[in-house]
Amino acid sequence: MSELDPLLLARLQFAANISFHILFPTISIGLCWVLLYFRTRFTLTGDQDWEHAYTFWVKVFALTFAIGVVTGVTMSFQFGTNWPGFLTTAGNITGPLLGYEVLTSFFLEATFLGVMLFGKHLISNRMHLIASALVALGTTISAFWILSLDSWMQTPAGHVIRDGIYYADSWWAVIFNPSFPYRFSHMVVASLLTCAFVLMGISSWRFLNRVDGPATWKVFKTGAALALVLAPLQIFIGDLHGINTLEYQPAKVAAMEGLWKTENGAPFTLFALPDESTRSNRFAIEIPYAASLILTHSASGTVRGLDEFAEHPPVSSVFWSFRVMVGVGLLMLIVALWVGWTVFLRKKPPSELLLRCTAWMTWSGWVAVIAGWWVTEIGRQPWLIYDEYLTAQAVADHPAGTVLTTLLAWLVLYGFILFFYIRTLKYIASKPAASLQNSAQHYPGILSKRN
Amino acid sequence: MDFWLPVVFAAVMALALLVYVILDGYDLGMGLLLPFATDDEKEQMLASIGPFWDANETWLVLGIGVLLIAFPEAHGIVLTALYLPVTLMLLGLVLRGIAFDFRIKGTADHKQLWNHIFTAGSTLTALAQGWMLGAYITGLSQSGLSLLFSILVALSMPALYVMLGAAWLQAKTAAPLRHKARAWASVAWLPLGVFFLLASIATPLVSPTIAAKWFDWPHFLYLAPVPLLALAAYVMLGLDLFVKEGWRWTQFTLLALLCLLSAGGLGYSLYPDVVLGQLTLHEAAAASDSLLFVLWGTLVALPCIIGYTLFVYRLFGGELGAQHYE
Repeated sequence: MSELDPLLLARLQFAANISFHILFPTISIGLCWVLLYFRTRFTLTGDQDWEHAYTFWVKVFALTFAIGVVTGVTMSFQFGTNWPGFLTTAGNITGPLLGYEVLTSFFLEATFLGVMLFGKHLISNRMHLIASALVALGTTISAFWILSLDSWMQTPAGHVIRDGIYYADSWWAVIFNPSFPYRFSHMVVASLLTCAFVLMGISSWRFLNRVDGPATWKVFKTGAALALVLAPLQIFIGDLHGINTLEYQPAKVAAMEGLWKTENGAPFTLFALPDESTRSNRFAIEIPYAASLILTHSASGTVRGLDEFAEHPPVSSVFWSFRVMVGVGLLMLIVALWVGWTVFLRKKPPSELLLRCTAWMTWSGWVAVIAGWWVTEIGRQPWLIYDEYLTAQAVADHPAGTVLTTLLAWLVLYGFILFFYIRTLKYIASKPAASLQNSAQHYPGILSKRN
Repeated sequence: MDFWLPVVFAAVMALALLVYVILDGYDLGMGLLLPFATDDEKEQMLASIGPFWDANETWLVLGIGVLLIAFPEAHGIVLTALYLPVTLMLLGLVLRGIAFDFRIKGTADHKQLWNHIFTAGSTLTALAQGWMLGAYITGLSQSGLSLLFSILVALSMPALYVMLGAAWLQAKTAAPLRHKARAWASVAWLPLGVFFLLASIATPLVSPTIAAKWFDWPHFLYLAPVPLLALAAYVMLGLDLFVKEGWRWTQFTLLALLCLLSAGGLGYSLYPDVVLGQLTLHEAAAASDSLLFVLWGTLVALPCIIGYTLFVYRLFGGELGAQHYE
C-alpha cells in the first residue's frame, strides 16, 4: 500500500476499539447473572461455599466491568469523531436508541455496582441481592439497546427517508427489526457461554495448581452445567440467525460460504483461499450439498452466489471469520459434552487431561465472539446501513496520518491492558482459596479424589 | 413544541455536563493530588471515590449522548473538530479507570506503577477537557489566539479539579488527611482565581459574538449577577480556607455553585447557538418525533437516576471508615 486509505484507517480504528471493548461486556453480561446465582444459592442454603465463590468471582467481575465501562466511553465519542455523516443522515434513529441505553442502563449498572462492591456491610442481604439483580438487569438492558441499533443497521426497518435524511416511522419496527431477536439471543447466549468456559477454565487452573477449595468445585460444576445446556442451544440459535441473514442479507451469506456463483445443491466449503481477482476459490475442500442443507434445509435448495450482487463484502475475511467462529463453537460443544459426561453422568472429578483442556479453553468464547462479530460487521460492508447508505459516505475527513497515529496509540494501550488483565486474573487465581486460609482443616483438592 | 423540544434537550445536556464536571471533577482531582499523599492516605483517597467514580463518569456519556440524540449534526461537527483533545481525553479516562482496579487487585510491587498511571490519566483527562471547553467557546476557531485561549482554559481545569478533590476530602475524611486536603486547597485557591479571571477577560476577546452579548444593554444587566455571585462564592471560599473553617461541605458547595454560575453564564452567552457562530439549537435539532420519543423516556428515567444517585450518596455518606471494598 503506497498511500494509506483514510476510510480503511477509520474502519480499522473503529474495528480495533469495538473488538477490544466487546471482550469485556461479553464476560460481564453473563457473569453478573452467575454472581446473582451464587448469592441467591448462599441466601437460600446458607452454604458458605457459595459466598466464597461470590467473593472470588466478584473481583473478576469488578475488574472486567471497569475495563468495559472505560472502553465503552470511547465508543460513545467514536461516531462523532470518525463517522459524522452517519449522525447527520441517521441521527433521528441512532440518537434515541443510544439515548435509551444511557438512560435505562448505564446509570443503573454503574450506580448499583458501587452498592454491590462497597455496600455489602452497610445494607441487608436482601438489599444487596436487589442491587446485584439491578446490575445484572442493567447490563442486559444495555445489550438490548445496542444490539437493536446494530441490528437496525443490518436490517433497517420502520423508517422513511426524506431528502436523504432518516425519520422514524414506527419505533416498534425500528427496535424490533427483523434480525434483532436473533442477534440479541445469539449474543446473550454467547456471553453466558463465554462465562461458562471462563468459570471452568480458571477453576481448572486452580485445581491443577492445587490452590482450589470446596467453592472451586461448585463453580466448576456451575460452568459445566451452563456449557452443557448453552453450547448446543447456541448452535441452534446460530442456525436460525443464519437463515434470517440469508433472507435479509444474502450477499453476506454468499461471502460466508465463499459461493461465487448461484447453485442448486450448493456444497459447504471446509477450506479454501477465496481469490477476489479471479472470483473463485483456490484449494477448496467441499462437502457436497451441505450448504444447501444447512441454509434451506433441502439438499437441492438454491443458494444465491456473489455473482448476483452488485455490491458484496470482502470475501476472505468473512469466509475465514465464519469458519473460526463455527470451529471454536464446535470445539466448545465437544468439551462441554466431555465435561458433562464426566461430571454429571459418571459423577467423577475430571481427569488432569480434561482439566488441561478446559484451562486451555478459558478464552475460547472470546475468539468465537470476535470472529462472529467480524462475520456480521465485515459482512455488512460496503454498507453502513444495509443496502441504503455506504460506509464511505459517513467517514470524517481526517488526514490519514492523524488517524494512523491515534490508531497506533489505541493498539499499544489495548495490548497493555490485555496483558495486565490476564496477569491480574492469574494472580487472583493463584492465591489459595479464601475459605482455607484461616482454617486448620486440610482440604485435599479435587484432583486427589480421583483414584 | 418544535421550539421548546431543542431547548429542553439543551437544558438536559447542560445539566448532565455540569453534574459531570462537579462529580467527576472531585474524583479526577484525587488523581491530581495522589502524588502528594502518603501511601496510607492514598488508600483513603481512593476508597473515598470507590463507590462513585463509575457512575460519575456516566454523566459525561449522558451529556455527549444528548448532544448526539438532540443535535446529531452538532455532535459530528464538534467531535470531528476536537478529534485530538477528545482522543487524548479518552486515553486518559481509560488509563485512569483501569489503574483504579488494577492497583487494588494486582500484585503489590506494581501498586506504585498504577498510582502513577492513575495520576497521569487524570491529568491528561483534565487538560484535554479544558482544551475542549476552550475550543468550544471560541466556536472551534483554529486561529492562534483561540489556541492560546484553549491552553489557558486547559490549565484552569486541573486547578478546578484539585479544588474539588480537596473539598471532597475535607468533607469525607478525618484528620490528618483532612488537614492536608485543606492545605492543598489553600495552595490551589489563588491559581484557580487567576485562571477564572483570565478566562473571563479573554472570553469576549476571542469571541466577538459573546462580547456583543455581554456588553449589550440590557443583556449586561441580566448577566451582571453571574460574575458578582461567582466573585462572592470565590471570596467565601477564601474566607473558609484562610479565616474561619465552616461546615465540612462548605467548600464543596461553593465550588459547585461556582461551576453552576459558570455553566449558566456560558449557556446564556451561547444561546441560541449550539456551535457558536455556525449552528443554532434549532437548526441542528433532530426530528421532533425522535426528540419526543426520547423525551418521554427522559421524563421517567432522569428522576429515577437522580433518585438512586442520591440514595447511593446517602448510603455512603458521612465520614469514611465503615466502607469495606471487596
